Amino acid sequence: MLAFQIDKTIDARGMACPGPLMNLIGAIRQGQVGQVFEVLSSDEGSKTDIPAWVAKAKHELVNVVQDHGFVRFFVRKVR
Amino acid sequence: MQEQDKPLSLVLFSGTDDKLTAASVLAIGAAAMGRPVNIFLQYYALDAFRTGTLHDDHKLSPEATDDQAPAIKAHPGQHWSELLRQAKDVGVVDIQACALSMDMFDLKREDLDRLVDGIEGVAAFMASASEGQVVFI
Repeated sequence: MLAFQIDKTIDARGMACPGPLMNLIGAIRQGQVGQVFEVLSSDEGSKTDIPAWVAKAKHELVNVVQDHGFVRFFVRKVR
Repeated sequence: MQEQDKPLSLVLFSGTDDKLTAASVLAIGAAAMGRPVNIFLQYYALDAFRTGTLHDDHKLSPEATDDQAPAIKAHPGQHWSELLRQAKDVGVVDIQACALSMDMFDLKREDLDRLVDGIEGVAAFMASASEGQVVFI
């Protein structure tokens, strides 16, 4: 079980780099502080891009879970 | 100024779709990471930004082999012009046409797509680049 609630899921599976990251950025801009966004990505670049952007933009990478053929990134909007 | 906040300045010379895409990927990445991006359009890259021609087939660079071309054309990634639009949306991206190339091809401001923010000379571009890297593509 997850210890947090997901406010929005972004299914970016099949999108090429940097599509999943750009979708996350767009969703976070429109979201509220405290909300958790889940991004599903099969793009290999997301594994490095999403953590790098989250750190730079000072949000919180709550969890990263490897699934079958894709990765789930959980990001909390901090500011 | 933090190292990673220095501007990234791209000189786009080649007008083929593969190089324009590669440059646009660099631009969107830098913009997403908070770096200002300056783009200077010269020669064949400038020609690719003429109004109504962005989505034309701009061919591939000579490096692309016959074996690679189908994979590049079939790839579902976004068009370079869309990447640049997104880069402008997510960060600070300034796209300027080289005054010399404008003159060479007898182009006017109204001949260029609205992605292009203006026309400037090389010294102004270098002033914008300040202490950041300049990459020629």
